[in-house]
Amino acid sequence: MAGAATSSRQRSKIAPYLMVLPALAYLAIFFVVPFFSLARTSLSETGGSVFMPTMEFAWDFGNYIDAFVLYRDQIFRSFGYALVATVLCLLLAFPLAYVIAFKAGRFKNLLLGLVILPFFVTFLIRTIAWKTILADEGWVVSTLGAVGLLPDEGRLLSTSWAVIGGLTYNWIIFMILPLYVSLEKIDPRLLEASKDLYSSAPRSFRRVIMPLAMPGVLAGSMLVFIPAVGDFINADYLGSTQTTMIGNVIQKQFLVVKDYPAAAALSLGLMLIILVGVLLYTRALGTEDLV
Amino acid sequence: MTTQAGAAVAAAAQPTPKAKIVKPRRNWADLLLRIVAGLVLLYLFLPILVIILFSFNKPAGKFNYTWQGFTLDNWLHPFKYPPLTEALKLSLNVAAVSTAVAVVLGTLVAIALVRQRWRGQSAVDTFLVLPLTAPEVVMGAALLTLFLDFSWPAGYTTILLSHIAFEVSFIAMTVRARVRGFDWTLEDASLDLGAGPTRTFFKITLPLIVPGIIAAAMLSFALSLDDFIITYFVSGSTVTYPLYVNAAVKAAVPPQINVLATAILLVSLILLAIGTLYRRKKFVG
Repeated sequence: MAGAATSSRQRSKIAPYLMVLPALAYLAIFFVVPFFSLARTSLSETGGSVFMPTMEFAWDFGNYIDAFVLYRDQIFRSFGYALVATVLCLLLAFPLAYVIAFKAGRFKNLLLGLVILPFFVTFLIRTIAWKTILADEGWVVSTLGAVGLLPDEGRLLSTSWAVIGGLTYNWIIFMILPLYVSLEKIDPRLLEASKDLYSSAPRSFRRVIMPLAMPGVLAGSMLVFIPAVGDFINADYLGSTQTTMIGNVIQKQFLVVKDYPAAAALSLGLMLIILVGVLLYTRALGTEDLV
Repeated sequence: MTTQAGAAVAAAAQPTPKAKIVKPRRNWADLLLRIVAGLVLLYLFLPILVIILFSFNKPAGKFNYTWQGFTLDNWLHPFKYPPLTEALKLSLNVAAVSTAVAVVLGTLVAIALVRQRWRGQSAVDTFLVLPLTAPEVVMGAALLTLFLDFSWPAGYTTILLSHIAFEVSFIAMTVRARVRGFDWTLEDASLDLGAGPTRTFFKITLPLIVPGIIAAAMLSFALSLDDFIITYFVSGSTVTYPLYVNAAVKAAVPPQINVLATAILLVSLILLAIGTLYRRKKFVG
């Protein structure tokens, strides 16, 4: 029997390679090659007339410098907004994930289903709904105004906080789920043990729960931060010209202005910053266990 | 949902066995925690309630942003705007075709990754995560430059090719997470007992991994249906459902958008309920 098993394994020695080949070939063409195209475009020079624009490859690294000098504000703003949104996601998601993992009892699966449900509505339509909620003539603004809590602008829509709120809402699910997965794995007996050993509740939280929840915090913050930093929908729908993000610039340069080299330089630059950031972040939190 | 959803959703769907919880003492901190969690849950549902409510609105102008009055008209005529219906049909088509292709590519990779050890396995593993770390705007931009370089006209085909590109990794990761605990010696047993490799695949392997594949396919379908950013870059003048919604925000938002969104939500809810009941039945009986 052992012999047969070995022979079946030997027969399939090249099988894994054959099995991954189609997908790898596909991703090579539609994931790797596009990045070469992007890099090539980012180093090209535009020329010709307005009506017959031409583009030629020229090792023009100036595109990167121009792009980053010109759009410095948007770049800083994108990273700032995404960072604040990630922190807000963490603060909001933690209590919910904690209650689902430890206190929900037989309602655990129901609650998980409820948490996922809103995200079956198209991302754009959810954002439009926030536009309705935060509208100047809406009840939120009038209530806050009556209580005197309205910010100085006298409105919520078209402010930085509206954009950050949108980013937070749209990606919070990617914080809740990994956090829940990490917390759910914690053996409740560890908490009892720490209590029996006269640890106070805050101390148990800091010394037992937080370290064990770290993989979830790490995965969740990256799953929120990466899409949030590149997003342009929330800034477009909920913000104003004062809240444009790097995604808005890339989108506009590619699809409206059609300055391909500048847009490509910005996209690739953004990708590189994110990769470096992810590396540093994983190092700092010291875990390799992603998702 | 965005492409990054994959692993998170897949991982959350896996229950972990654990010890019995001793009934916790109720105190004010516990109560506060529950209240905060409840408020966060309410926050998650606030926009959804607004969407459902405004599907019954009788908008005065071109925009459906302020409450004017109750009507059932929108629900009685959900397909009043042919461009919206056409866009939704196109999106369903793209989601179905791209998922069908991506499921085949992704599942093969997932099985190869968990079934046995082989040289280069971890490199493939790392490579598969890469598409999930690129923000959609960068992925869309890269695909756009590819299609420009090769002068491919943007349209249905470029949308389809792009969707498959972001779905493959996603499906591979999800299926892999689901089939990790699978006992692959069952295949050997089947071969030992004289079944051929083809028969073994259809009788043993496939039935065991099918639930994982279905879950991955449903999530991939939802991702494709929902994708705006990548599609926006590679669509040319072709209009998918999210692209129609985006154009509507700038021109006129018919309440039918809310009706269709609520209908999609209801269908998802029913599928979710069927899935839960099916799983429960399998465990109990």
